[in-house]
Amino acid sequence: MSEAGTADIIVAARGVGFSAGGRALVNDASLALQPGTTTILIGPNGAGKSTLLKLITGEAKPSSGEVLIDGENLHAIPAWRLACQRAVMAQHARLVFPFSVYEVASLGVDGIGRALPRQRREALVGESLAAAGVLDLAARRYQTLSGGEQQRVQFARVLCQIEAGRSVASRQALFLDEPIASLDLCHQLALLDMARTIASRGVAVLIVLHDLNLAVTYADHLVVMDQGRIIAQGAPAKTLDDALLRQVFKVNLSLGRAPSPGLPFLLPQQHRVSPAA
Amino acid sequence: MTLASPSVPAMPAGLATLIAGRRRLAGFAVAGLALGGLLLALVAIGQGAIPIAPGRVAEILWARLTGDTALLDGRDVLVVMNIRLPRVLLGLLVGAGLAVSGALMQGLFRNPLADPGLVGVSAGAGLAAAATIVLGDRFLAGTLVKLPFAVLPFGAFCGGLISTLALYLIATRQGRTSVATMLLAGVALGALSGALTGLLAFISDDRQLRDLTFWSMGSLGGASWTKLSAIAPIIVPLLLAMPLLARGLNGLMLGEAEAYHLGIPVQRIKALAIVLVALAVGASVAAAGLIGFVGIVVPHLIRLAVGPDHRLLLPLSALGGAILLVAADIVARLIVAPAELPIGIVTAAIGAPFFLWLLLRRQGVIDV
Repeated sequence: MSEAGTADIIVAARGVGFSAGGRALVNDASLALQPGTTTILIGPNGAGKSTLLKLITGEAKPSSGEVLIDGENLHAIPAWRLACQRAVMAQHARLVFPFSVYEVASLGVDGIGRALPRQRREALVGESLAAAGVLDLAARRYQTLSGGEQQRVQFARVLCQIEAGRSVASRQALFLDEPIASLDLCHQLALLDMARTIASRGVAVLIVLHDLNLAVTYADHLVVMDQGRIIAQGAPAKTLDDALLRQVFKVNLSLGRAPSPGLPFLLPQQHRVSPAA
Repeated sequence: MTLASPSVPAMPAGLATLIAGRRRLAGFAVAGLALGGLLLALVAIGQGAIPIAPGRVAEILWARLTGDTALLDGRDVLVVMNIRLPRVLLGLLVGAGLAVSGALMQGLFRNPLADPGLVGVSAGAGLAAAATIVLGDRFLAGTLVKLPFAVLPFGAFCGGLISTLALYLIATRQGRTSVATMLLAGVALGALSGALTGLLAFISDDRQLRDLTFWSMGSLGGASWTKLSAIAPIIVPLLLAMPLLARGLNGLMLGEAEAYHLGIPVQRIKALAIVLVALAVGASVAAAGLIGFVGIVVPHLIRLAVGPDHRLLLPLSALGGAILLVAADIVARLIVAPAELPIGIVTAAIGAPFFLWLLLRRQGVIDV
């Protein structure tokens, strides 16, 4: 990697590995997230995507390698400042107590946005709820929402955190772990559009996705994981091919090319699962 | 910079009204409970074998505060200052401490059923207090050393702390607290503490046995300025620490990982909450015995009224707990007058049915 390249990296994972119970869940993974770039992480179930995300966000400590945020070792950064530099939306977030949607979204600014005036904080929450398409649910109890609505509320919460953190840290990263798993098509596209909008403001965005077509459509940089290793990364059109589909996803399908942007697409067909390798 | 597209109003009027409404409700709730608590305290001080009108009670207290000695003679002044006031203050402190401890534990375990009494923390504190009394006497027998009362809260604190830590270690794996494990482990810890307390009762003499019985049912009867001065320095810091903990506990509601991502010092919040709960429960048990259900009934009612935001839940629980315990003490003194019922019986008679109702209302609570 050239010197000019390293200067513009917000989050860097350098040869990170993580083992649990004698099994290597992530092995020697290296990754660089750049401002304004949407990176999408794909891979089959159990490939180590979520574990890698935990290592990059600081939730787990790597057994080898290191994660740098803006050139600083992640675990040397106090939690409060880290929260200004990056926001994380986890796969599942359940709440036991009857918080309202508004209160859940406010959690994103309550901590790190303390320095902001109250009106600004409240406006920020309102804007984030609107951006995530859940403003009309603001007074509802979080627990009474459907899975997809809850996911959008969590998205509103991380939007709040990114906006509030901006007043402290100018270089930020956003991590979304399967953010569209419970969403309908319209809201899937809306959320991914919003993620790209955030990226266009200079935030480095990393999304874990399962839908290969959406991954190819929304990624600037595609990362493919299998069995704990990053086995390919690069521009989506160059990274995804039939051989990779067979090798990683165990499906015997041919990629097509979408006419206008020339991106690869995948049309599933029945009975095209290849025998277990 | 705004997130919303220009066509979307940033803050619809309805939401703004809602937020303002909630803030007003919170203000009313705090003011209402504080005022209610004050009036109830005046009634409680006045009530007893020598009835004193609440107005006269207020007059005595006011005169005492302002140093106006003209109003300070008569038997009722002695009754108020030496007997009733310490008792009511003890009730306020213990009630606030227990309710806030309950709210903190529920936040810590992310479960509305966690309560120091229910999961064996109070029993652990009770065991340690009993051990201090029985064994302390035994080892110091024949010497002229008399255990000062302050030793008891300290012993009870150690017992409460050990129980809380044991419970947390058993029920929490990799940052996730299993509620089923917590409740079952709590039952086991409580039973163990109870058995050991029983053992102590077996080797204790008559006077100690009476003390132990008093502990197992709870009472504000032994209130004195000495007791108050021993437990106030323990419970008051808990009340002062509430604002430090509230935001962190709110974040913890999403889970420990999410709280960490939000920038909350998770380990510090947890450690502080555990120590404060153990301290407050230890002090309460040492001063007033095992009083159950305050920690579960009060926070739950407050959540129903104003929602689960800890910035409001904790102070309102303190006020609500103080009120509940003073009210329960009035009932305990009235119902079989001139004798008095152990206050633990009153709180259990209110709390146990409430708890069952809670279980009926929440289906599948153990799977949470």
